[in-house]
Amino acid sequence: MLLDPLARLGRSGLDVLARFGRGHQLLLAMVLGVGEVLRRPRLLIAQVYNVGVLSMLIVGVSGLFVGMVLALQGHYVLARFGAAESLGLMVAASLVRELGPVVTALLVAGRAGSALTAEIGLMKATEQLAGLELMAVDPVRRILVPRLFGGVLAMPLLAAIFSAVGVLGGYFVGVGLLGVDAGAFWSQMQAAMDVREDVVNGVIKSLVFGVVVTWIALFQGYDCSPTSAGVSRATTRTVVHGALAVLGLDFVLTALMFGG
Amino acid sequence: MAKQRNIEILVGAFMAAGFVALFFLAMQVSNLSLAGMDEGYRLTARFANVGSLKARAPVTMAGVRIGRVEAVDFDPRAFEAVVTLRIDPAVDSIPMDTFANVFTSGLLGEQYIALDPGGSPDVLVDGDEIMHTQSAMILEQMIGQFLFSKASGDG
Repeated sequence: MLLDPLARLGRSGLDVLARFGRGHQLLLAMVLGVGEVLRRPRLLIAQVYNVGVLSMLIVGVSGLFVGMVLALQGHYVLARFGAAESLGLMVAASLVRELGPVVTALLVAGRAGSALTAEIGLMKATEQLAGLELMAVDPVRRILVPRLFGGVLAMPLLAAIFSAVGVLGGYFVGVGLLGVDAGAFWSQMQAAMDVREDVVNGVIKSLVFGVVVTWIALFQGYDCSPTSAGVSRATTRTVVHGALAVLGLDFVLTALMFGG
Repeated sequence: MAKQRNIEILVGAFMAAGFVALFFLAMQVSNLSLAGMDEGYRLTARFANVGSLKARAPVTMAGVRIGRVEAVDFDPRAFEAVVTLRIDPAVDSIPMDTFANVFTSGLLGEQYIALDPGGSPDVLVDGDEIMHTQSAMILEQMIGQFLFSKASGDG
């Protein structure tokens, strides 16, 4: 029929809206289920281990290299203007404000988010979630809630580790390799960085990213079609949507925090 | 049970590392002084022009930081900038006839307030106003004046 393409467009639009709605319902259900993690802290600890401890190596190593590269590149530009002493400030500001929260969120989306989606998706495909429901255990509360809060708790800590290791990496390259004065490196940084303005805003950013990345990962797993192809598609979507959401939200948050 | 304990220990180590990193960022990177901004007494000063002076800019005396700019406001009646300064309570004997200047660190650097102590036996206390002030040097104006005097000198 002539109207078929229009109908297809409408159906896909409604599908997107419906998925959006299910996602928010799930988030609401998970937030309301916060009591579960207070009642069974063991479940939360296991998830902080999954998301946090297991991501520590990649986050630490990435932070070190990002800090070192920032120092090399920053020194190249700053030295042209005779401002090589501001290297510490440049490295710390870019790490604490931007790269720490954002790169950590991207790494966590790839490292832990995809694992979460695959885990939940397989639980759904092998009908373990349905099994839990048969035993009158709410799978959202028992399975999803600890994972969400584990991710939200781990993300700011990972971002802080990333930034701290990055600053140290920048220090090694800037002071050790490029010969920037160590005192100027720290004092320029300390004079311009502010706890509330920079550090706390960075933590707020990574908290938001923690919620978004974990939520997307859990929802994709929970909402996937229960086949091996469906799980694989959901895992891909977690990484793509997670990265897009983090980068888009980062612009909004930066505009709100530092734009005014 | 041993495995659960290992996980708990590792999570504990992770969280400790995270908090150490946050502590490092707060103390070493941004130099959080435990004596916060609320310490100290307030002085005000009026300037005809403060240039690009901003809140949190340093207030120095003899080149040493003794406080921070708390706020830069505009007085709509006198058309002047009213700058509120927070001074370290340890510096409690700033003479009444002290001079406040808006200086720039370096040619293009941040602006700050430098206090030049006077010789009066009376000291400024909380809420007082510094009467003697000198506005910021605006680079464009100086260049303009220089060019103007050069041109009139030649002619």
